[in-house]
Amino acid sequence: MNTITSTTINWLYACNTEDVPSNGGVCVKFDHLQIALFHFSRRNEWYATQNLCPHKQQMALSRGMIGSHSGEPKVACPFHKKTFSLKDGRCLSDEDECQIDVYPVKVASGRVYIGFEITASSK
Amino acid sequence: MKIVIVGNGMVGFKCCEKLRSKLPNPNTQITVFGEEPRPAYDRVHLTDYFTHHAPEELELAPSSWYADHHIELKTADPIVKIDRENKRVYSSKGFEEEYDALILATGSSPLVPNMPGTNLPGVFVYRTIEDLEAIKAYAPKARNAAVLGGGLLGLEAAKALVDLGVGETHIVEYASRLMPKQIDHGGHEVLQRQLENMGLKVHTNRNTFNIYGHSKIEGMQFSDGARLEIDMLIISAGIRPRDQLAKDAGLETGSRGGITVNDLLQTSDPSIYAIGECAIHRGMVYGLVAPGYEMAEVAAATIAGEPNHFPGYDLSTKLKLIGIDVASFGDPFPPSTEYRAIVFEDRLKGIYKKINISNDGQFLIGGILVGDAKEYNMLLQTTKNKLKLPANPEDILLGNRGNGPQHGLEQLPPDAVICSCENVSKGDIVAAVSNGHENFNAVKKCTKAGSCCGGCSPMVKDIITHTMQQQGKYTRKMICEHFEYSRQELYDLIKIKELKSFEDVLDQVGKGDGCEVCKPTVASIMASLWNEMILEKGNDTAQDSNDRFLANIQKGGTYSVVPRIPGGEITPKKLMVIARVADKYGLYTKITGGQRIDMFGAHLNDLPNIWEELIAAGFESGHAYGKALRTVKSCVGSTWCRFGLHDSVSFAIRVEERYRGLRAPHKIKSAVSGCTRECAEAQSKDFGIIATDKGWNLYVCGNGGAKPQHAQLLAADLDSETCIRFIDRFLMFYIKTADPLTRTATWLNKLDGGISYLRNVVVNDSLGIAGELEAAMQQLVDQYKCEWKEVVNTPALRKRFSHFVNAPTEKDPTVQFSGLRDQKRAAEWTAAKP
Repeated sequence: MNTITSTTINWLYACNTEDVPSNGGVCVKFDHLQIALFHFSRRNEWYATQNLCPHKQQMALSRGMIGSHSGEPKVACPFHKKTFSLKDGRCLSDEDECQIDVYPVKVASGRVYIGFEITASSK
Repeated sequence: MKIVIVGNGMVGFKCCEKLRSKLPNPNTQITVFGEEPRPAYDRVHLTDYFTHHAPEELELAPSSWYADHHIELKTADPIVKIDRENKRVYSSKGFEEEYDALILATGSSPLVPNMPGTNLPGVFVYRTIEDLEAIKAYAPKARNAAVLGGGLLGLEAAKALVDLGVGETHIVEYASRLMPKQIDHGGHEVLQRQLENMGLKVHTNRNTFNIYGHSKIEGMQFSDGARLEIDMLIISAGIRPRDQLAKDAGLETGSRGGITVNDLLQTSDPSIYAIGECAIHRGMVYGLVAPGYEMAEVAAATIAGEPNHFPGYDLSTKLKLIGIDVASFGDPFPPSTEYRAIVFEDRLKGIYKKINISNDGQFLIGGILVGDAKEYNMLLQTTKNKLKLPANPEDILLGNRGNGPQHGLEQLPPDAVICSCENVSKGDIVAAVSNGHENFNAVKKCTKAGSCCGGCSPMVKDIITHTMQQQGKYTRKMICEHFEYSRQELYDLIKIKELKSFEDVLDQVGKGDGCEVCKPTVASIMASLWNEMILEKGNDTAQDSNDRFLANIQKGGTYSVVPRIPGGEITPKKLMVIARVADKYGLYTKITGGQRIDMFGAHLNDLPNIWEELIAAGFESGHAYGKALRTVKSCVGSTWCRFGLHDSVSFAIRVEERYRGLRAPHKIKSAVSGCTRECAEAQSKDFGIIATDKGWNLYVCGNGGAKPQHAQLLAADLDSETCIRFIDRFLMFYIKTADPLTRTATWLNKLDGGISYLRNVVVNDSLGIAGELEAAMQQLVDQYKCEWKEVVNTPALRKRFSHFVNAPTEKDPTVQFSGLRDQKRAAEWTAAKP
């Protein structure tokens, strides 16, 4: 009756490090999926989130400004300045329920990869 | 206990609130009977209903409020009979209700003089939302309308007619002056002139005895035989207390109406109370809301067993009538032997101020203010609290000539009433601030001060600031958590340290990583100081999104393109270029409010190609995306117009080309009109120029937008060179000192000393910085380059204009358009997913 869940991360190549502006974002296309990729060079960190802002369903987060709030890295949507945590995707601007998906990022030899979890369960 | 309230107007509602807060136990039954079909609404702001509001927005509380507070509300069901012996009331729908205490808040009805013709179609009263709806429906048919009665409500009604676009509006008053209860003849003259400037016709000393017409009103006739032909009339001749219910029940009433009450607000039957406009107290019927609220408080207290009494009420009022301040306070008309008066009059500006001072010169008794009532609250408090006047009493009239405005606040005793609608004292506000309510909204929520008419808001704000300063708590306006400076301080720091990238600014004077508040602020300051290409030195990602892509993001994620068209002048050839480009890239085109052409729906990827074509044809960036100079609108001017005094188009082009690309705390708009007819609407701009026969008049700090404000005259009859010099100084002074995202109008409103101070700085160089300001502007002008030209010619910058980093030629496939009038439009927002 035990359920065994195994999670593996599938790393997909996005672009090279120099393709992303420092302290800014770009949009990466994986088939029909749009991912916002951010190089927070001031903190020497990389983040990836969904590109869709859930507030008005706009493909825009990659064009947003990034920054921090009490140390928490965040991105502000260019449309109405709703802010989301780059760490866990929760909305920081108000008590909104909306949440964005975040993805792990890996950099190796000047190449940037975004990770997608593949979960398999077996009984 | 069972309490029944008859009447659900503003005062009845206030009484519900007061009773429930004093008697919170739901075992105390409270039932309200109202005659109107809706819950209590805000009658004070009724005139606003014409311009902005739906009826629900005037509601004082939603129907659910009554249920939440265990109050039974019966609307559209007036009480028709009181049985005092059995303590019961009967409603029109047949309800029967017992009471231990009965409160009559039946209000008043409009006084309609007894004369022929008052029931003709086209004759209205001004009291309820239904009255207003009827007026609104009838007004489009009316060419000439009149208001009978030049009191407070009459002038409100006249404003409503003006707002409704009635061709000509007359005000007819029986007395020798308008607002006879509030202002004297001197005040009347100023007020009348101001009203006439707005196109209203004022008739005083007019005794109307007949309203005539066949199937509808055709005119009114006066006792001297004169006639006034009109096709619409609003009667606003005063109020008549609604006391019939009380009379029928055998309660004592005044000889000219009104239910007689004592200081506890009890009628001749001690278990029945009367409050508001239906009551007569010591011979006075109060037609204002503030005393009605006070009566509601006293009656509720008496019923709850708290000792209280109503001593009468100060009739001081401050109003804004058709944009004109009118106020009277204390005793505006004391007996002539008991006072000395100081009068200040400025006919040019339409200002009249009179203060009545006790014969010994020590105390203020009362006064009248027309045209400018800024000092009203302070004068009222000085009168009420019997504060000693300074050695030169005229100082309090002429404003702060040396002493700061705070001086008087300190003098006020804690029990000084600041908000008279809600009876909130200075002490209440100070206590709220001390308990941590450190901004206006928090204090308003906690004390209710400023929540009714809002007249006391500036004073409440001053008290909050003052209290925080005294407690050593007052902090400067900081940009955000990353910069502990105001914008002005940051501007000076960046300038002195010659910082040119956001990272450097953050390293040297800030902390942390920055955010969406400080990044654009710092980027804007650097652009205002150095005017370097904003997308270089790593500053691209510090720009607000629109500046980062040099275009305005629109619904759906596409951008709009606005080339500069200086002064609105464009050749047919250039029009053809715009047409060709818009057609080629499938853009929606629209003429903007600033006399240029906006092209919408451009994909991010297409922007550099679009601009490449526009620039090749001689266009340049219009900076519609930046907090920068937008457009300088112009009328056609003396080259074609038969009225034009100067060539407004040429001057507008010169001004626009001088300040193009100038970045500032907020956007800047301008206009040049070739004569006083002002077709370019220069007085609604951040700076506006109007031709005179001697030169140019320069107006500053006007605004359209949500809070329209007319620009004020900075200097008159200037030659072109001086005009440009003054604009240089004005703009640089604004850029140097304004808070982030503050338009010039708001900046001026917050500037100590206002327009006189600004004039001193700009025209008289009182700070000795004029040369510096002019040099700073000249440097920016010399540095100007078209940003789009640089992007088009710089491959590294051009590369950033793609939607997908890993598929640079592909456009965003989620962008959707729909069709509208032979063009396209952005698809509507889709709702957020649950």
